[in-house]
Parts: sequence; C-alpha cells; structure tokens
Amino acid sequence: MNGGQDLGGTHGHGPVEPEPNEPVFHAEWEKRAFALTLAMAMPGGWNIDMSRFARENRPPQQYLSMSYYEIWLAGLEVLMKERGLVADDEIVSGHPLRLVKPVKRILSPGDVLKVLHRGGPTERDTDTKPAFKAGDRVRAKNINPLTHTRLPRYVRGHLGVIDRVIGCQVFPDSNASGKGEDPHWLYTVRFDGDELFGPDGDPTVKVSVDAWEPYLEKAA
Amino acid sequence: MTHDHSHDHHHHDHDHSELSETQLRVRALETVLTEKGYVDPASLDLLIETYETKVGPRNGAQVVAKAWADPAYRARLLADATAAIGELGYAGRQGEHIVAVENTLKVHNMVVCTLCSCYPWPVLGLPPVWYKSAPYRSRAVSDPRGVLADFGFSLPKDTEIRVWDSTAEIRYLVIPMRPEGTEGWSEEKLAELVTRDSMIGTGFAKRPEDLK
Repeated sequence: MNGGQDLGGTHGHGPVEPEPNEPVFHAEWEKRAFALTLAMAMPGGWNIDMSRFARENRPPQQYLSMSYYEIWLAGLEVLMKERGLVADDEIVSGHPLRLVKPVKRILSPGDVLKVLHRGGPTERDTDTKPAFKAGDRVRAKNINPLTHTRLPRYVRGHLGVIDRVIGCQVFPDSNASGKGEDPHWLYTVRFDGDELFGPDGDPTVKVSVDAWEPYLEKAA
Repeated sequence: MTHDHSHDHHHHDHDHSELSETQLRVRALETVLTEKGYVDPASLDLLIETYETKVGPRNGAQVVAKAWADPAYRARLLADATAAIGELGYAGRQGEHIVAVENTLKVHNMVVCTLCSCYPWPVLGLPPVWYKSAPYRSRAVSDPRGVLADFGFSLPKDTEIRVWDSTAEIRYLVIPMRPEGTEGWSEEKLAELVTRDSMIGTGFAKRPEDLK
C-alpha cells in the first residue's frame, strides 16, 4: 500500500537526530509491548508479513505521529482482534471477559532462546529458474496495490541492474494476505541516484533494493 | 503533526512523567493475555533481558574485528556472512540471511529500511530510534551525504555511496575500514574501535587516539 510507511525519498521530516548513549528501550511499556509482540506470534499464528501490514495499514497521519512501539502495539492489537484472541473491552478493563480461544502452543520460557536462534528463514526450494542474471537491465514495475508490498514507490518505473540473484524466497505480497508463501526469485537490484531522483539526485550514489521477480520486467 | 511528535524520544519524554494511557493499556493487555494463557510473563522477561543485555552491537564488533585481523575469516564473511557470523554463535531472528558489505577508499556502504525497520538483530541488537525514524528512512536513499552530515561525517566527493534498502529478509552488515595505526592489534582490542554506527554506515570506526 502507498501508505505512511513508504518513506524513501519523501521530504520535510527534518534532520536525523542521533541520541547519545541511547538505551535499548525508552519506557517500561516499550519492553512489554516488544516482548508481547514476539511472544504472541506463536499462539497467534501470523507471519512477519502480516505483522508488517497490520502496522502500516493505517492513515499516514496516524502512522507518522505514532512512536515506533505505539505502532507495534497497535499492529499487535489488530492481529489479535482479527483472530478473536482479545477484544477491546478486555483491554480496557484489564480482565478476560470472553471465552478463551484455544491455541496450538504458546512460547514457554524454555523455548525462548531456541526460537530466537532458529529465527524464520525465508529461503525456499524451487524447480524454477531465475528469469534474470547479474548484469541484466530491468525496470521496476509501476504497481500500486492497496495491499502489502515491499517494492517502495521511489524505485517504481525506474531502470536498474541486477546486482545479485539472492535465491527463491517467500513473497510478502502473497504471504501478508494469507494466500500462502508463493515463493519467487529474489534479486538485489541497483539503481543510480540520478535515475531515481533526476537532476536532484546524487550521481555518486547507488541505491539497491531487494526485489522479487514479480516486481521486475526486462528493460529494453 | 507537531514537531514534538515527529521524533520518538521527544514523544517518550511525555510518557515518563505519569502512567500514560499507553502504559496502562500495555499493562492491561499483558494481564488479559496472561490470564487467558496465551503468554507466560517469564518468557516476556527473558525476551527483554536477551535484547537488553546479550544481543547487541558488541556481537557485530567482534565479527568486524575478526574480519580485520583474519583474512581467511574476512573472505568467508564476504562469501557467506550468515555462516561466518554463525561461527561466532550469532544467528537467528532478523539475521536469517545476512550479507556483509565492505567499505573501501572508493565505496562507502550505508544500510536503511525505508519501509519499516529491518536491521540485523543478531549482530547489532535492536535498532536505535533514529534508524526507525522518518528523517533517516526518507533521506538515506535520496541524500545519504546529507544524512552523514547530520552525524558529523563527510566523505570525499568522488567516493561512491552505496545504499542498501532492506526491503526483503536480507540483512546487511557494513564492514567499516580498518583504522590506520592498528597493525598487530588483537581482535579484542580492534573490537573496541568498532561502533554500532560504523556497522550501519552512518559513521566510521574509531581511531586509536579516540580510545585514549
């Protein structure tokens, strides 16, 4: 979706403000919101692409005025409510008011480090061959789906070069909407700064994105 | 959008003074989820402790120092960073597929995630607020020299800047240039020179005189 999350190349956000000796978290609730988000993925059964869409799928003015963990919390609530795991009246009252929906498993303390160490690899086997090879010239398609995508607006329609064939990976556009992993070949695609931003771009800059095959077409 | 709300750390200043609405909501949510049997608070404690105390940029600094000191390791890191980093015991969530990119006199690498906050957790920990903020995510791709200037750094005009936008599940680790005057240093001592920002590409490694 062309939402508030798609920030590359947008203007007016001001300077980057590094914070010296920044703590990992800035408030106690951030720690809990972070940990709840990680822990609930197991009983909740959603995937990372669904999580990302739950966070970005809101009015841009809301996305841009929320802090990072406020967005995480809002995304977590959406995912849980969609699955009937929790309801607003329960969050407001702080007590379970509805039937407990059975879940397959929860994250036990003994499994935490194992689960983190395993992570969630997204590479998949395939019988298909990649359509592009390193050095091929490609154009990022001009797509504007209302749903989740990982092709940022600032590269759409622009010419780039295949830098590397990464492998066959889970396709977020499908995975985020519950339509399955639908793995596709993934490439690192390199663009020149002035191709992306014209005369206002920096010709000494090259920018790459990692783009799945359905995002790309062969350039003439 | 008011200025105060455009940067997370300003926003949180309001939250410290009292029990904010958000703080109360998270507390209520945790209670409900715990009573429903969906989460074990001990798991939450362990997740927080892990990312506050164990997984952080010291891990990445060790990887970089080893690459500086050991040419065979550097070659393995550049060929397959996930495996080379795994040799040191670092792996997993948000680092399932890592690529290491090396700074040289000709090319400077910078990593961003314009669409959210993708970051190589096993080697750098959780991302700082600025990395997740609109100013960085918007300008890293269009004006990386300006971003570097915000950090107080500049590069020669003819240095190529290569920006890696983490739009998939590949996570990028920058290997900064090894500072001069560090010949013969141990990996442990070299690691002290490796800053978090130098591994994102928004800074350089410290110089030996910076340690004094």
